[in-house]
Amino acid sequence: MKELRDPAALRRLLKDIGEKVRLIGRSPRLMEVCGTHTMALFKHGLTPLLADAGVEMVSGPGCPVCITPNGIHEAAISILTGTEGAILAAFGDMTRVPTRKGSLQTAVPARDARLRIVYSPEEALDEARRDPARPIVFFGAGFETTIPAIAYTVKRAAAEGLRNFSVLPALWLVPPALRAVLEAGEVAVDGFIYPGHVSAVIGSRPYEFVARDFGIPGAIAGFEPGDILLAVRSVLDQAVEGKPRVALEYSRAIGPGGNTVALALMAEIFEPFDAVWRGLGMIPASGLRLRKEFAGFDAAPRFGVDAATSARDLAGCRCGEVLRGTIRPKDCRLFGTKCLPDSPLGPCMVSYEGACLIHFKYGPERRSPS
Amino acid sequence: MCLAVPAKITRIDETGLGTASYLGSEVKANFTLVPQARRGDWVIIHAGFAISVMDAKEARETLRLFRELAAASSDEGA
Repeated sequence: MKELRDPAALRRLLKDIGEKVRLIGRSPRLMEVCGTHTMALFKHGLTPLLADAGVEMVSGPGCPVCITPNGIHEAAISILTGTEGAILAAFGDMTRVPTRKGSLQTAVPARDARLRIVYSPEEALDEARRDPARPIVFFGAGFETTIPAIAYTVKRAAAEGLRNFSVLPALWLVPPALRAVLEAGEVAVDGFIYPGHVSAVIGSRPYEFVARDFGIPGAIAGFEPGDILLAVRSVLDQAVEGKPRVALEYSRAIGPGGNTVALALMAEIFEPFDAVWRGLGMIPASGLRLRKEFAGFDAAPRFGVDAATSARDLAGCRCGEVLRGTIRPKDCRLFGTKCLPDSPLGPCMVSYEGACLIHFKYGPERRSPS
Repeated sequence: MCLAVPAKITRIDETGLGTASYLGSEVKANFTLVPQARRGDWVIIHAGFAISVMDAKEARETLRLFRELAAASSDEGA
């Protein structure tokens, strides 16, 4: 879809956006909830263009690697170092998060145990099928986009009687986190750019409370430059008209009702609980855990690790504040000096959706390592 | 981690497993979350699972809108 990167079309949208900012009479601040949007904004150079048009973009808590507290990362490391013969399967970014016990990549596995980086949770399930005597633990982290795939593996493991398979869950729900950000009120937000692929699963309705209860406009966006600018223009339109709603600006990929098959599967396997997020603290009904019928697939009790215990971050890391939007990466004295992409001191410098890594790679505040 | 790509379904079996074509390469994919999908449909794939079927009519509508935006921009010499 090269049309969505056409400079002439993008210039036209930026001009419209500038005009709407003038009608609003001040510079609005919009939060892009999703880390993949943050990356797209920086990679395509949209952040400074939007700033010139009078729109300030601020990143939200949309990076699952980052918002997973260190207690859960340390539990994964304990399983790998303490379980003979185990395979711990994880998405690549999850294996590099630094904790006081090192990271999954630096930890020394127990005898005959190993770490395996996977692209799909199904690869972990295949390992369990191949070697029924070996414990296979999938470090299942993600938002609503990823949760149905993880739910699928649990359902299949139950149906096939794969007792060697288990999941260490780090599953997060976006709408309760948005409510928490708004109720905390630390960062004034004039509008939201809602995540595209989370919305492919949940649809647009779960965000309606933002417009209804807080009077804040928003739009669901795709990931091409044109998609994002179209969504920004829609949010400003709503602000000018004083009619906040949830606009769907990614209708080629998602519908208002989301994916009902995926939602039903999630609800069958998991149930919400009050989860603790890095930076944001406890948020009611914002995490998912295995339902009682599937609790036997929870890796934490099976291997005697406590993922709920809090663990301290590495000294000086301010990732939690970056996630809340109360500081920018450059405000952390470790950023670009001691904390670098190949020697990160916190998850925001690890994940490709992490604000610190994105600012370091693409941002104006990039510092050269000495 | 919510990175996902559009891909075209090239094979789909009765259990909902198959392959899709993405930027010229064939990848394994699980289509059980989109039971309405058929061979030849475009889907959004995340972590090996198709999570939505793309709507060709809406896609054409978006392209039309962007061609209009580009034309309007050129007319103004912006």
